[in-house]
Amino acid sequence: MIVAERKPIKEILAMIDGYNNILMVGCKGCVTVCNAGGKTEVAILAAALRLACKLKGKPVTIDEITLDRQCEPEFIQWLDDSLKKKDYDAIISMACSIGPQYIAEAFDNMVVFPALNTSFMGGTVEHGIWSEYCSACGDCIIQNFGGLCPITRCAKGLLNGPCGGSLDGKCEANSDEECIWELIYQRMKKLGKTDLLLEQKPPKDWSKSLSAGPRKVIREDLTV
Amino acid sequence: MTNKFEPQIIAFCCSYCSYAAADLAGAIRMTYPSNVKIVLVPCSGRVDPIYLLRALQDGADGVYVTGCMEGDCHFITGNFKAKKRIHRIRKMLEEIGIEKDRVQMYNISASDAPEFARVAKIMTEKIRELGPNPLKERGAIDQKKENIFL
Repeated sequence: MIVAERKPIKEILAMIDGYNNILMVGCKGCVTVCNAGGKTEVAILAAALRLACKLKGKPVTIDEITLDRQCEPEFIQWLDDSLKKKDYDAIISMACSIGPQYIAEAFDNMVVFPALNTSFMGGTVEHGIWSEYCSACGDCIIQNFGGLCPITRCAKGLLNGPCGGSLDGKCEANSDEECIWELIYQRMKKLGKTDLLLEQKPPKDWSKSLSAGPRKVIREDLTV
Repeated sequence: MTNKFEPQIIAFCCSYCSYAAADLAGAIRMTYPSNVKIVLVPCSGRVDPIYLLRALQDGADGVYVTGCMEGDCHFITGNFKAKKRIHRIRKMLEEIGIEKDRVQMYNISASDAPEFARVAKIMTEKIRELGPNPLKERGAIDQKKENIFL
Protein backbone atom coordinates (compact mmCIF):
# COMPACT_ATOMS: atom_id res chain seq x y z
CA MET A 1 0.00 0.00 0.00
CA ILE A 2 0.95 3.63 -0.22
CA VAL A 3 1.91 4.87 3.21
CA ALA A 4 1.33 8.51 4.06
CA GLU A 5 1.51 10.83 7.05
CA ARG A 6 -0.52 13.85 7.97
CA LYS A 7 1.17 17.20 7.43
CA PRO A 8 1.71 19.36 10.52
CA ILE A 9 -1.52 21.22 11.37
CA LYS A 10 0.28 24.57 11.15
CA GLU A 11 1.22 23.86 7.53
CA ILE A 12 -2.38 22.96 6.68
CA LEU A 13 -3.66 26.05 8.49
CA ALA A 14 -1.30 28.24 6.48
CA MET A 15 -2.61 26.67 3.26
CA ILE A 16 -6.28 27.22 4.07
CA ASP A 17 -5.83 30.76 5.37
CA GLY A 18 -8.38 32.97 3.64
CA TYR A 19 -10.73 30.12 2.64
CA ASN A 20 -14.02 29.85 4.50
CA ASN A 21 -15.94 27.05 2.89
CA ILE A 22 -13.91 23.90 2.65
CA LEU A 23 -14.65 20.32 1.67
CA MET A 24 -12.35 17.77 3.24
CA VAL A 25 -12.07 14.57 1.21
CA GLY A 26 -10.80 11.34 2.71
CA CYS A 27 -9.92 8.09 0.94
CA LYS A 28 -10.97 4.55 1.89
CA GLY A 29 -7.94 3.03 0.16
CA CYS A 30 -4.35 2.72 1.38
CA VAL A 31 -4.44 5.80 3.61
CA THR A 32 -7.32 4.33 5.61
CA VAL A 33 -5.26 1.20 6.21
CA CYS A 34 -2.25 3.25 7.36
CA ASN A 35 -4.52 5.47 9.52
CA ALA A 36 -3.58 8.67 7.71
CA GLY A 37 -6.58 9.73 5.65
CA GLY A 38 -9.63 7.57 6.33
CA LYS A 39 -13.00 8.66 7.68
CA THR A 40 -11.71 8.83 11.26
CA GLU A 41 -8.67 10.91 10.38
CA VAL A 42 -10.81 13.24 8.30
CA ALA A 43 -13.12 13.78 11.30
CA ILE A 44 -10.19 14.45 13.63
CA LEU A 45 -8.37 16.82 11.30
CA ALA A 46 -11.57 18.68 10.42
CA ALA A 47 -12.39 19.11 14.13
CA ALA A 48 -8.86 20.30 14.86
CA LEU A 49 -8.92 22.82 11.99
CA ARG A 50 -12.35 24.12 13.06
CA LEU A 51 -11.03 24.60 16.60
CA ALA A 52 -7.89 26.34 15.38
CA CYS A 53 -9.77 28.66 13.03
CA LYS A 54 -12.36 29.54 15.68
CA LEU A 55 -9.50 30.31 18.03
CA LYS A 56 -8.04 32.71 15.49
CA GLY A 57 -11.43 34.37 15.19
CA LYS A 58 -11.81 33.22 11.58
CA PRO A 59 -14.34 30.39 11.74
CA VAL A 60 -14.50 28.12 8.72
CA THR A 61 -17.04 25.61 7.52
CA ILE A 62 -15.44 22.26 6.85
CA ASP A 63 -17.63 19.48 5.47
CA GLU A 64 -16.39 15.92 5.39
CA ILE A 65 -16.67 13.22 2.77
CA THR A 66 -14.69 10.03 2.26
CA LEU A 67 -14.46 8.49 -1.20
CA ASP A 68 -13.94 4.79 -1.90
CA ARG A 69 -10.69 5.69 -3.63
CA GLN A 70 -9.14 8.90 -4.84
CA CYS A 71 -6.93 7.24 -7.43
CA GLU A 72 -9.74 6.57 -9.89
CA PRO A 73 -11.53 9.29 -11.86
CA GLU A 74 -14.93 7.54 -11.43
CA PHE A 75 -14.81 7.99 -7.68
CA ILE A 76 -13.54 11.57 -7.98
CA GLN A 77 -16.65 12.36 -10.02
CA TRP A 78 -18.74 11.59 -6.92
CA LEU A 79 -17.52 14.93 -5.59
CA ASP A 80 -19.53 16.64 -8.28
CA ASP A 81 -22.77 16.27 -6.25
CA SER A 82 -21.21 17.79 -3.13
CA LEU A 83 -19.69 20.65 -5.11
CA LYS A 84 -23.03 21.45 -6.75
CA LYS A 85 -24.90 21.47 -3.44
CA LYS A 86 -22.62 24.00 -1.76
CA ASP A 87 -20.34 26.76 -2.85
CA TYR A 88 -16.99 25.48 -1.62
CA ASP A 89 -13.94 27.63 -2.17
CA ALA A 90 -11.34 24.93 -1.52
CA ILE A 91 -10.86 21.19 -1.14
CA ILE A 92 -8.47 19.49 1.25
CA SER A 93 -7.55 16.02 0.06
CA MET A 94 -6.53 13.46 2.67
CA ALA A 95 -5.15 10.93 0.21
CA CYS A 96 -1.74 10.19 -1.22
CA SER A 97 -0.69 12.85 -3.71
CA ILE A 98 -2.66 11.12 -6.47
CA GLY A 99 -5.92 12.28 -4.84
CA PRO A 100 -5.32 16.04 -4.93
CA GLN A 101 -3.93 15.75 -8.48
CA TYR A 102 -7.02 13.90 -9.70
CA ILE A 103 -9.31 16.40 -7.98
CA ALA A 104 -7.36 19.29 -9.51
CA GLU A 105 -7.68 17.73 -12.96
CA ALA A 106 -11.39 17.00 -12.55
CA PHE A 107 -12.42 20.40 -11.20
CA ASP A 108 -10.67 23.24 -13.04
CA ASN A 109 -11.84 26.08 -10.86
CA MET A 110 -11.32 24.44 -7.49
CA VAL A 111 -8.35 25.11 -5.23
CA VAL A 112 -6.96 21.81 -3.87
CA PHE A 113 -4.69 21.33 -0.88
CA PRO A 114 -2.91 18.12 0.14
CA ALA A 115 -3.23 17.26 3.82
CA LEU A 116 -0.86 14.32 3.68
CA ASN A 117 2.75 13.74 2.82
CA THR A 118 3.03 10.59 0.72
CA SER A 119 5.82 8.64 2.34
CA PHE A 120 6.48 5.37 0.53
CA MET A 121 5.20 2.03 -0.68
CA GLY A 122 5.29 -0.36 2.18
CA GLY A 123 3.58 -2.69 4.56
CA THR A 124 2.49 -2.95 8.17
CA VAL A 125 5.24 -4.15 10.49
CA GLU A 126 2.89 -4.03 13.47
CA HIS A 127 -0.14 -1.92 14.35
CA GLY A 128 1.00 1.69 14.09
CA ILE A 129 4.33 0.91 12.39
CA TRP A 130 4.82 0.82 8.64
CA SER A 131 7.99 0.18 6.72
CA GLU A 132 9.17 0.71 3.16
CA TYR A 133 9.46 -2.45 1.06
CA CYS A 134 9.40 -1.32 -2.55
CA SER A 135 10.92 1.53 -4.56
CA ALA A 136 8.87 0.83 -7.70
CA CYS A 137 12.06 0.55 -9.75
CA GLY A 138 10.02 -0.97 -12.57
CA ASP A 139 12.18 -4.08 -12.95
CA CYS A 140 11.81 -6.43 -10.00
CA ILE A 141 14.84 -8.63 -9.36
CA ILE A 142 14.13 -9.92 -5.86
CA GLN A 143 14.13 -13.50 -7.16
CA ASN A 144 17.94 -13.24 -7.00
CA PHE A 145 17.90 -12.27 -3.34
CA GLY A 146 15.64 -14.80 -1.67
CA GLY A 147 12.58 -12.62 -2.28
CA LEU A 148 13.96 -9.64 -0.34
CA CYS A 149 14.64 -6.27 -1.96
CA PRO A 150 18.14 -4.83 -1.49
CA ILE A 151 17.31 -1.82 -3.67
CA THR A 152 14.82 -0.51 -1.13
CA ARG A 153 15.89 -2.09 2.09
CA CYS A 154 19.66 -1.59 1.83
CA ALA A 155 20.61 2.00 2.65
CA LYS A 156 23.08 1.88 -0.25
CA GLY A 157 20.85 -0.12 -2.59
CA LEU A 158 23.66 -2.61 -3.15
CA LEU A 159 23.17 -5.48 -5.56
CA ASN A 160 26.42 -7.11 -4.47
CA GLY A 161 26.33 -6.82 -0.72
CA PRO A 162 26.80 -6.66 2.12
CA CYS A 163 29.02 -3.64 2.53
CA GLY A 164 31.74 -3.43 5.15
CA GLY A 165 29.47 -1.51 7.48
CA SER A 166 27.17 -4.40 8.35
CA LEU A 167 27.69 -5.08 12.05
CA ASP A 168 25.95 -7.77 14.10
CA GLY A 169 23.24 -7.95 11.51
CA LYS A 170 22.52 -4.23 11.74
CA CYS A 171 22.93 -1.49 9.15
CA GLU A 172 25.66 1.12 9.66
CA ALA A 173 23.43 3.87 8.28
CA ASN A 174 20.74 3.12 10.85
CA SER A 175 21.60 0.81 13.73
CA ASP A 176 17.89 0.18 14.46
CA GLU A 177 17.47 -1.30 11.02
CA GLU A 178 18.46 -4.84 10.17
CA CYS A 179 21.03 -5.26 7.41
CA ILE A 180 18.98 -6.64 4.54
CA TRP A 181 22.05 -8.39 3.20
CA GLU A 182 22.34 -10.32 6.45
CA LEU A 183 18.69 -11.36 6.03
CA ILE A 184 19.27 -12.25 2.38
CA TYR A 185 22.26 -14.41 3.31
CA GLN A 186 20.39 -16.17 6.14
CA ARG A 187 17.47 -16.86 3.86
CA MET A 188 19.60 -18.12 0.98
CA LYS A 189 21.42 -20.37 3.47
CA LYS A 190 18.10 -21.88 4.58
CA LEU A 191 17.12 -22.39 0.96
CA GLY A 192 20.52 -23.95 0.24
CA LYS A 193 21.20 -21.44 -2.51
CA THR A 194 24.14 -19.41 -1.18
CA ASP A 195 26.05 -20.22 -4.38
CA LEU A 196 23.72 -17.82 -6.20
CA LEU A 197 25.12 -14.99 -4.11
CA LEU A 198 28.58 -15.63 -5.53
CA GLU A 199 27.41 -14.53 -8.96
CA GLN A 200 28.30 -10.93 -9.55
CA LYS A 201 25.20 -8.89 -10.38
CA PRO A 202 25.65 -6.38 -13.19
CA PRO A 203 24.52 -2.76 -12.75
CA LYS A 204 20.75 -2.45 -12.82
CA ASP A 205 18.86 -1.00 -15.75
CA TRP A 206 17.40 2.15 -14.26
CA SER A 207 15.69 3.28 -17.46
CA LYS A 208 12.44 1.72 -16.19
CA SER A 209 12.53 3.78 -13.01
CA LEU A 210 11.17 7.27 -12.39
CA SER A 211 14.42 8.85 -13.62
CA ALA A 212 13.11 8.46 -17.16
CA GLY A 213 10.04 10.60 -16.38
CA PRO A 214 6.54 9.56 -15.31
CA ARG A 215 5.77 5.99 -16.29
CA LYS A 216 2.69 4.43 -17.76
CA VAL A 217 1.34 0.90 -17.83
CA ILE A 218 -0.84 0.16 -20.84
CA ARG A 219 -2.84 -3.05 -21.08
CA GLU A 220 -4.14 -3.14 -24.64
CA ASP A 221 -6.63 -5.90 -23.77
CA LEU A 222 -8.27 -3.72 -21.15
CA THR A 223 -8.34 -0.40 -22.97
CA VAL A 224 -11.55 0.49 -24.75
CA MET B 1 -21.48 40.86 41.85
CA THR B 2 -18.51 38.88 40.59
CA ASN B 3 -18.93 35.98 38.24
CA LYS B 4 -16.69 33.24 39.55
CA PHE B 5 -15.56 30.94 36.79
CA GLU B 6 -16.93 27.44 37.27
CA PRO B 7 -15.30 25.08 34.79
CA GLN B 8 -17.40 22.57 32.90
CA ILE B 9 -15.54 19.31 32.71
CA ILE B 10 -16.40 16.08 30.94
CA ALA B 11 -15.04 12.80 32.32
CA PHE B 12 -15.14 9.65 30.24
CA CYS B 13 -15.07 6.83 32.77
CA CYS B 14 -14.59 3.16 31.95
CA SER B 15 -17.31 0.90 33.31
CA TYR B 16 -15.03 -1.71 34.85
CA CYS B 17 -12.93 0.45 37.16
CA SER B 18 -13.21 4.21 37.30
CA TYR B 19 -16.98 4.39 36.83
CA ALA B 20 -17.31 1.86 39.65
CA ALA B 21 -15.05 4.15 41.72
CA ALA B 22 -17.34 7.09 40.92
CA ASP B 23 -20.32 4.97 41.90
CA LEU B 24 -18.66 4.01 45.16
CA ALA B 25 -17.79 7.64 45.86
CA GLY B 26 -21.48 8.43 45.55
CA ALA B 27 -22.55 5.46 47.65
CA ILE B 28 -20.29 6.42 50.55
CA ARG B 29 -21.39 10.06 50.26
CA MET B 30 -17.97 11.30 49.27
CA THR B 31 -18.07 14.76 47.78
CA TYR B 32 -16.38 15.81 44.58
CA PRO B 33 -16.84 18.94 42.48
CA SER B 34 -20.12 19.11 40.59
CA ASN B 35 -18.19 20.62 37.68
CA VAL B 36 -17.42 17.11 36.49
CA LYS B 37 -20.02 15.49 34.24
CA ILE B 38 -19.49 11.78 33.78
CA VAL B 39 -19.91 9.85 30.56
CA LEU B 40 -19.86 6.08 30.95
CA VAL B 41 -17.84 4.19 28.37
CA PRO B 42 -17.30 0.41 28.23
CA CYS B 43 -13.52 0.88 28.25
CA SER B 44 -11.16 3.88 28.15
CA GLY B 45 -9.95 2.37 24.86
CA ARG B 46 -13.42 3.09 23.47
CA VAL B 47 -12.84 6.84 23.74
CA ASP B 48 -12.35 8.04 20.21
CA PRO B 49 -10.02 11.06 20.02
CA ILE B 50 -12.78 12.90 18.19
CA TYR B 51 -14.90 12.83 21.40
CA LEU B 52 -12.27 14.92 23.15
CA LEU B 53 -12.03 17.47 20.35
CA ARG B 54 -15.81 17.73 20.02
CA ALA B 55 -16.21 18.24 23.76
CA LEU B 56 -13.83 21.21 23.57
CA GLN B 57 -15.45 22.43 20.37
CA ASP B 58 -18.87 22.39 22.05
CA GLY B 59 -17.75 24.37 25.07
CA ALA B 60 -16.23 22.05 27.67
CA ASP B 61 -13.40 23.73 29.56
CA GLY B 62 -11.65 20.44 30.22
CA VAL B 63 -11.98 16.78 29.35
CA TYR B 64 -10.46 13.76 30.98
CA VAL B 65 -10.51 10.04 30.53
CA THR B 66 -10.24 7.63 33.41
CA GLY B 67 -9.28 4.03 32.87
CA CYS B 68 -8.32 1.03 34.94
CA MET B 69 -4.89 0.87 36.58
CA GLU B 70 -2.20 -0.05 34.06
CA GLY B 71 -2.13 -3.82 33.71
CA ASP B 72 -5.68 -4.20 35.07
CA CYS B 73 -7.72 -3.29 31.99
CA HIS B 74 -10.65 -5.64 31.50
CA PHE B 75 -9.87 -5.56 27.79
CA ILE B 76 -6.14 -6.02 28.45
CA THR B 77 -4.76 -2.99 26.61
CA GLY B 78 -7.64 -0.50 26.35
CA ASN B 79 -6.15 1.92 28.86
CA PHE B 80 -2.76 1.84 27.14
CA LYS B 81 -4.43 2.65 23.84
CA ALA B 82 -6.33 5.51 25.49
CA LYS B 83 -3.08 6.84 26.99
CA LYS B 84 -1.37 6.97 23.59
CA ARG B 85 -4.39 8.53 21.89
CA ILE B 86 -4.67 11.20 24.54
CA HIS B 87 -0.98 11.97 24.20
CA ARG B 88 -1.53 12.50 20.47
CA ILE B 89 -4.52 14.75 21.02
CA ARG B 90 -2.59 16.79 23.59
CA LYS B 91 0.16 17.31 21.02
CA MET B 92 -2.45 18.30 18.45
CA LEU B 93 -3.97 20.83 20.87
CA GLU B 94 -0.53 22.35 21.39
CA GLU B 95 -0.20 22.77 17.62
CA ILE B 96 -3.60 24.43 17.48
CA GLY B 97 -2.84 26.79 20.36
CA ILE B 98 -5.12 25.35 23.07
CA GLU B 99 -3.57 24.43 26.42
CA LYS B 100 -2.87 20.70 26.31
CA ASP B 101 -3.63 20.34 30.02
CA ARG B 102 -7.31 20.72 29.24
CA VAL B 103 -7.17 17.07 28.21
CA GLN B 104 -5.90 14.51 30.70
CA MET B 105 -5.88 10.80 31.47
CA TYR B 106 -6.00 9.19 34.91
CA ASN B 107 -6.00 5.60 36.12
CA ILE B 108 -8.33 4.73 38.98
CA SER B 109 -9.17 1.31 40.39
CA ALA B 110 -12.76 0.26 41.09
CA SER B 111 -12.36 0.36 44.87
CA ASP B 112 -10.57 3.70 44.99
CA ALA B 113 -13.43 6.16 45.49
CA PRO B 114 -11.17 8.69 47.30
CA GLU B 115 -8.86 8.73 44.27
CA PHE B 116 -11.82 9.43 41.99
CA ALA B 117 -12.82 12.37 44.18
CA ARG B 118 -9.20 13.58 44.36
CA VAL B 119 -8.81 13.45 40.56
CA ALA B 120 -12.08 15.36 40.10
CA LYS B 121 -10.81 18.04 42.47
CA ILE B 122 -7.35 18.21 40.84
CA MET B 123 -8.85 18.48 37.38
CA THR B 124 -11.31 21.18 38.48
CA GLU B 125 -8.53 23.21 40.09
CA LYS B 126 -6.28 22.78 37.07
CA ILE B 127 -8.97 24.00 34.70
CA ARG B 128 -9.90 26.82 37.04
CA GLU B 129 -6.26 27.97 36.82
CA LEU B 130 -6.27 27.72 33.04
CA GLY B 131 -9.50 29.68 32.80
CA PRO B 132 -12.42 29.22 30.43
CA ASN B 133 -12.15 27.41 27.13
CA PRO B 134 -10.50 29.99 24.83
CA LEU B 135 -13.25 29.43 22.27
CA LYS B 136 -15.80 30.80 24.74
CA GLU B 137 -13.91 34.09 25.03
CA ARG B 138 -14.14 34.45 21.30
CA GLY B 139 -17.86 33.74 21.34
CA ALA B 140 -17.19 30.82 19.04
CA ILE B 141 -19.44 28.32 20.77
CA ASP B 142 -23.01 27.71 19.84
CA GLN B 143 -25.11 28.99 22.78
CA LYS B 144 -27.42 25.99 22.57
CA LYS B 145 -24.49 23.63 22.94
CA GLU B 146 -23.12 25.61 25.87
CA ASN B 147 -26.42 25.10 27.65
CA ILE B 148 -25.89 21.35 27.54
CA PHE B 149 -23.65 21.74 30.56
CA LEU B 150 -26.19 23.59 32.68
